Amino acid sequence: MSRAAVPVAVRRPHSARERFRQNWPLTLFLIPGTIVLVTFHYLPLAGNVIAFKDYLPFVGIADSPWVGWENFRVLVSGDPAFVNALTNTLVITLVQTILVFPAPIALALLLNSLVSERAKRVVQTVVYLPHFLSWVVVVAIFQQFLGGSGMLNTWLRGNGGDGLQIIGNPDTFIALLTSQVMWKDTGWATILFLAVLSTIPQELYEAGSVDGASRTRQMWHITLPAMRGIIILLLILKLGDSLTVGFEQILLQQAAVGTHASEVLDTHVYNNGVIGGNWGVSAAVGLVKGVVSVVLVLVANRVAHIFGEDGVYRRGS
Amino acid sequence: MPRPVARVVKGIVLTIVCALVIIPFLGIFATSVAPAGQLAANNGFVLWPEAFSLDAYRSILSGGVVSGALVISVGVTLVGTALSLSATALMAYALARPSTIGRAPVLTLLLLSLLFTPGMIPTYLIVKQIGLLDSLWALILPSMLSAFNVIVMRSFFQGIPGELIDSAKIDGATEWQIFRLISLPLSKAVLAVIGLFYAVQYWNAFFNALLYLNDSSLWPLQMVLRTYVVNGTNLSPADLGPTEILPPQPAIQMAILVVSFLPIVCVYPFLQKYFAKGVLTGAVKG
Repeated sequence: MSRAAVPVAVRRPHSARERFRQNWPLTLFLIPGTIVLVTFHYLPLAGNVIAFKDYLPFVGIADSPWVGWENFRVLVSGDPAFVNALTNTLVITLVQTILVFPAPIALALLLNSLVSERAKRVVQTVVYLPHFLSWVVVVAIFQQFLGGSGMLNTWLRGNGGDGLQIIGNPDTFIALLTSQVMWKDTGWATILFLAVLSTIPQELYEAGSVDGASRTRQMWHITLPAMRGIIILLLILKLGDSLTVGFEQILLQQAAVGTHASEVLDTHVYNNGVIGGNWGVSAAVGLVKGVVSVVLVLVANRVAHIFGEDGVYRRGS
Repeated sequence: MPRPVARVVKGIVLTIVCALVIIPFLGIFATSVAPAGQLAANNGFVLWPEAFSLDAYRSILSGGVVSGALVISVGVTLVGTALSLSATALMAYALARPSTIGRAPVLTLLLLSLLFTPGMIPTYLIVKQIGLLDSLWALILPSMLSAFNVIVMRSFFQGIPGELIDSAKIDGATEWQIFRLISLPLSKAVLAVIGLFYAVQYWNAFFNALLYLNDSSLWPLQMVLRTYVVNGTNLSPADLGPTEILPPQPAIQMAILVVSFLPIVCVYPFLQKYFAKGVLTGAVKG
């Protein structure tokens, strides 16, 4: 058989050496990304050993002395600053799960019910936009409208009323955070729900109305069951993120309201570690936070599997 | 509820939702171009300008802190996006090809990085030990590769028929040629959307600069926005370019704000075009 008759693609490489000879250029493609991944992800991940050390800036991570679990004491000793940060984090997560999570579902259902494709596209174009603004821009916009000399207060005073202190007020801080998150991300969050809604076969609704199901019943028995998978997936991811709340957003507005109302775990790690120089203790708080988040996702995913849902990753058979 | 009433209610709700997004932009732009007299009469905030003046923009863009920060932001965004997109496309392509040596371990590293995120403190200490503090590379390298973007792009490359690549190989094309001349041209949509995502990420980044840059002459625009608009520090004439008259402070602040979001608003229609095609949502579940 002549050499030319054998298609190259079909010829399977026999030895590891031949496989290497044929395919090494592709391995080069992996190198830049892998270097970045290892240097800025896995090296810091290993750098978490600092949680078990007394970090001395002038000797570096490797040579700082070991102190065992000493740095973790703050987690169990009822340190007021830590307890305050943890409480604030959990309260904000709870409030935002209840208020922020359902908003895009409602908006997606509303958009999906529009008959005019053009109206739907216009609204989508408008409401996706704030997602792409930075937190600095969003906070600046809110100050401009709701701040002491902002539009709302100027209008209130102009009409003989009293001004409202919304910005820089510890009592309204969580409400402010929540409204900012809603303004920024409600529109964008509809994108996944709309994608799922567009996969529901129209025949199901037609069959429903032939059988006399009202629009409410169609919503309950057709639309919502179709969205169950994505809602559960997002709730699992949310649970994994439950110890992470708006770090940049809060850091930007913390000075005006004080730490009692605004300190969350991430800002605590930053303020106590980077600013305060308590490297080891802050790394310990961050490490425990990371571990708890991973455990929460895995547990939630297991629960989803028990209830027959896919969750984040499919169930292995 | 009768149908016409329901339609009116829907219309009103959606109009309010859209107005909540649009009005802030209008108000901020109006304030940045309004004349001093109107600003003074309205407590520094207007929704509709009586006259149109670009003095505030002239004063921040003709030199001074804002101009410097703008140059840095544009530079970091361009260099960062180019590096990110190259590393992401190369990695995603090699991970999409079944014959790549080292594919399985790298893919595992990538997927696990989504689950295990290193904390802020060790990341800061590593960046410091590498010697990137007070270097603009600190704004690029630590956030250069998004595992999520690699996965999205990989599933796109996996959609390229293997026969196409095999036939190019028979014709004697090298791996690099196959990548450059076949795979990339077929992936323009995903390259555009991932590139824009990286660009938005670099443009908007604020915390990296706060964390890694003590030298305020290296600050990108978002840090300047934080200092002079969010924290309300007044800009002195020395912070501005040479101007005959100092424009009112609210106009300057809102002009900085507009400059900070204008590039986003400009690239947004292009991003929007790709969302409509479902480039991202289709790839996520793969």
